[in-house]
Amino acid sequence: MINKDSKTILEVRGLHATVNGVEILKGLDLTVKSGEVHAIMGPNGSGKSTFAKVLAGHTAYEVTAGTAMFEGQNLFELTPEERARAGVFLAFQYPIEIPGVANSQFLRLTYNTVQAQRGNEELDPLEFDDFVREKMKLLEMSPNFLDRSVNEGFSGGEKKRNEILQMALLEPQLGVLDETDSGLDIDALSIVAHGVNELVNKNNAIVLVTHYQRLLNYIVPDFVHVVDNGRIIKTGDKELALELETRGYDWVGVEYQAANLAMATQGAA
Amino acid sequence: MSEVLQDLVNQPYKHGFVTDIESDVAEKGLSEDTIRLISSKKNEPEWLLEFRLKAYQAWLKMEEPTWSNIHYPKIDLQAISYYAAPKQKPKLKSMDEVDPELLRTFEKLGVPLHERMALAGVAVDVIFDSVSVATTYKDKLAQVGIIFCSMSEAVLEHPELVQKYLGTVIPTNDNFFAALNSAVFTDGSFCYIPKGVKCPMELSTYFRINTEETGQFERTLIVAEEGASVSYLEGCTAPAFSSNQLHAAVVELVALDDADIKYSTVQNWYAGDKNGLGGVYNFVTKRGMAKGVNSRISWTQVETGSAITWKYPSVILRGDNSIGEFYSVAVTNNYQQADTGTKMVHIGKNTRSTIVSKGISAGHSNNSYRGLVKVGPKADGARNFSQCDSMLIGDQSGANTFPYIQVRNNSAQVEHEASTSKIGEDQLFYFAQRGIDAEAAVSMIINGFCKEVFQQLPMEFAAEATQLLGLKLEGSVG
Repeated sequence: MINKDSKTILEVRGLHATVNGVEILKGLDLTVKSGEVHAIMGPNGSGKSTFAKVLAGHTAYEVTAGTAMFEGQNLFELTPEERARAGVFLAFQYPIEIPGVANSQFLRLTYNTVQAQRGNEELDPLEFDDFVREKMKLLEMSPNFLDRSVNEGFSGGEKKRNEILQMALLEPQLGVLDETDSGLDIDALSIVAHGVNELVNKNNAIVLVTHYQRLLNYIVPDFVHVVDNGRIIKTGDKELALELETRGYDWVGVEYQAANLAMATQGAA
Repeated sequence: MSEVLQDLVNQPYKHGFVTDIESDVAEKGLSEDTIRLISSKKNEPEWLLEFRLKAYQAWLKMEEPTWSNIHYPKIDLQAISYYAAPKQKPKLKSMDEVDPELLRTFEKLGVPLHERMALAGVAVDVIFDSVSVATTYKDKLAQVGIIFCSMSEAVLEHPELVQKYLGTVIPTNDNFFAALNSAVFTDGSFCYIPKGVKCPMELSTYFRINTEETGQFERTLIVAEEGASVSYLEGCTAPAFSSNQLHAAVVELVALDDADIKYSTVQNWYAGDKNGLGGVYNFVTKRGMAKGVNSRISWTQVETGSAITWKYPSVILRGDNSIGEFYSVAVTNNYQQADTGTKMVHIGKNTRSTIVSKGISAGHSNNSYRGLVKVGPKADGARNFSQCDSMLIGDQSGANTFPYIQVRNNSAQVEHEASTSKIGEDQLFYFAQRGIDAEAAVSMIINGFCKEVFQQLPMEFAAEATQLLGLKLEGSVG
């Protein structure tokens, strides 16, 4: 929700980024304040998933210009693990499988790593087991998830739940959900969305990267941004998402170009 | 990321120091005279000198094997001294009498003997260079009739047992390195578990190569009589010399009816520097004879050190219903080369064998699994299951699997599974995004990969192995 005493969590200015020398982000601006839910929408290849990965610090992407301040720190000066410990969480579009590593072990290590950073007590395996089981109820996950290898043999829905479970454990200031709705059936979508909604409060913020309006029926955004060709070309409220659902993305681009043209003409005159 | 990882891989060898103890070193070179010298220095009986000379004669006619997937300059066997013993005589009765310098060495290695004795209840037969310095818990073991002593002592005090079994599993002419060992071995461990006795504690030997350019030719013999059982641990480290050191050990195990021998190794000898200079050449012959019905021999190894590892702990399944097991983790980094695996030879009926091999290669290293499963014509109902998994770290390393299967009995069931995986940037990024750095991530992935093998290790060894792998590999992904 938008509120008056909110503080700025993330401020991105003029962000340019390349992958393999190809520029994907071309001057993206975004301000996210505490308590807010932002949806980032756009056609395939528009750069929305790249934006999510750049925030998290994926090594395949190179930031060539622009800044991203996260709670007063320059995000691009931090390593990926430092960003995570500082409170930036990325729910992956395709969570990777890690054979041989028990989920319980992995979850405890990540939990304790982040707690240590915050100066909090770490949990031993028994304490953690109680703690994580409680969190798993939120996502209606069966306890046998704990004994399985991280994401190995998980269905698409199970992987996404496991991502949100991690977000629930780590309680980040900024949760970036990269196409969390993809590959989910309607029941799983509702469970995952419920889990996310439970986690949103006035001190944190969520950025949802998504293709479809469907997710936004469950997680209602305060802002909807349309990304095209590496920058945000339109921002609106949840109604914009509905409009996109019926009209598609093309008209936004046309409108944006017309506005640019008008500005250019004005400048010339 | 890769630079950080490279640095971590290239951590200097922790156990690189030389203990300043005077050594009694024989002239370099190998001849019949050298062998006679070793034998007389050790006051050996005539039959053992003959055993050595016979091996030497066989060895002279043999060629160094070239079939393995390892490459190294020819070893100058005449440039090696075949005998070195710390000047530490006569034999010591308690640890208090041990040279404090020696005790400090063990402490640097992280193996404080007295602590082990007190806390872990492990009997340690200490091998320092080639002569046993102190044997602990011997009295306690003697109460149940177990003999656990150095090979030299066994030769003098239990000659009939040694003579009965020595060379029965690995004949003197078995292979080039085994023949060499048979000719010149200086010491090792001997363990005898009498009928029906379950050894009340883990038996452990810590080997350490100490004198520069001294070949190590250890000889170990373990005999478990009917219904006896024993778990034996072998752990090794060596100092960081730049000239290569040859190690050609022989280990023989004999299990009679219903006997059970479990042999575990953690090997961390000097692997050479990051450019591949130096390091131990480890050419070891290990074989167990599951001689009696229902006997079981189980090898577990964690091989992390040595510039070259050439090692195939094997089991001859002669007794009906006997069981052979091989659980292995082999880690190579930088320019290390490992060609290791096992042989399971099924002779008796309803014999079963299990092979689980995990190879991890990082840096420019090369890691090969080589295994033979052989089922003889009389081995009705023989079963084998083999699983060989390789993990590559970085893109400069190599992994190979060479399984040989020879089956001459239609009722046999032989299964072989193999896989290759790679620690990739995406896995590491996933960990990083959860706040976990590359070192911790690699350690967790590797330990997960090796879990099935580590589970086979005795408790204190498992912890050691986990740490060792972390040290060897943390951050080696690039």
